[in-house]
Amino acid sequence: MSKWSLVTKGFVKDNPTFVLVLGMCPTLATTTSAINGLEMGLATLFVLVLSNMAISALAPLVPDKVHIPVYIVVIATFVTVLQLLMQAYVPTAYATLGLFIPLIVVNCIVLGRAEAFANKNSVVDSALDGIGIGLGFTLSLTVIGLVREILGSGSAFGFKFIPGDGMLAFVMAPGAFLVLGYLMVLFNKYLKKK
Amino acid sequence: MAAQSTLKNMLLCLTLVCLLCAAILGGVYAMTYNPIQKTNEAILKASVGAVLPEGGSISEEKTVVYDGRTYTYYEQLDGDAVKAYAVKSATAGFGGRLELMVGVLPDGTVNNTKVVSHSETPGLGAKCQTDAQFIDQFKGFGPGKVIKLRKDGGDVDAITASTITSRAYTLAVSNAVEVVKSLNKEN
Repeated sequence: MSKWSLVTKGFVKDNPTFVLVLGMCPTLATTTSAINGLEMGLATLFVLVLSNMAISALAPLVPDKVHIPVYIVVIATFVTVLQLLMQAYVPTAYATLGLFIPLIVVNCIVLGRAEAFANKNSVVDSALDGIGIGLGFTLSLTVIGLVREILGSGSAFGFKFIPGDGMLAFVMAPGAFLVLGYLMVLFNKYLKKK
Repeated sequence: MAAQSTLKNMLLCLTLVCLLCAAILGGVYAMTYNPIQKTNEAILKASVGAVLPEGGSISEEKTVVYDGRTYTYYEQLDGDAVKAYAVKSATAGFGGRLELMVGVLPDGTVNNTKVVSHSETPGLGAKCQTDAQFIDQFKGFGPGKVIKLRKDGGDVDAITASTITSRAYTLAVSNAVEVVKSLNKEN
């Protein structure tokens, strides 16, 4: 597999949200607007790239029976680092995402990539894989957030272009499931055609 | 090729990884400690400044116990006289804790209000930060009016479809006013 395809496979073929269907908790909960989705995606990207690199470097030294605890400690460390950095430098994003930042520790995408990819590939390949999957996740969350924001609040990236309240259901949980479901259908239909 | 899973290896590996991670965390914590303090202070200062009338100096943080709960407040001093109070007041909103900074004049008139932190529903209750119609009605809310929602027999118009949030917001403002009243009695 070429280096470039390691990155691009995360966008479509191995898209974490629409194809692998991983990390549904933050996907449903934080995509109330395009900006929130984008921020959550970037936060996950940060953790994913660093944890992938660290785990691929550590993997040969870790005894098999304790590999899960070691991975979780590594991931939790990077999440806490991210949390401290966000609190210091982007307090507004930290305030909106709040609880969902510590929850990245248990995001299946991060542990999933560690298990499925990082522990048997080189540090560079694992970093590229992290970037690809992370960007795929960011893209998916932003699209879901954008659709929900347009339908629910009549705005896109915070710019209001439809006056009034919009369809409030799309800002709430039911709208998250509906939008995710329909986008998944469209995505898979497109994949089949190819 | 993974190392063998003997007890010694496993212990050694986990200990080393945890030590390394603890060291990284300690470093980052020390590095971000000052910026975090500064950011939090700036957020607090901005909210205190936003709810008080202009001029005068702002006192150190003070606390007062009212109705069994501890409130943090700041005094705005003009010489020796207290010109206004900024009271941090928290209530239970729809999604969790709703924390407001409320500026109150000594006679119990509300000067202005600002959300410090909240976890209300985006697009619904979260509008309590942006809905000018809702927020502005508290400006100059005098002692003659009742700080309750209209449907609860007061004079406050709720945000459409966000009664719980509006009620929590209104209660926080009302509590802050009561705190100031009790402060004035003491002095």
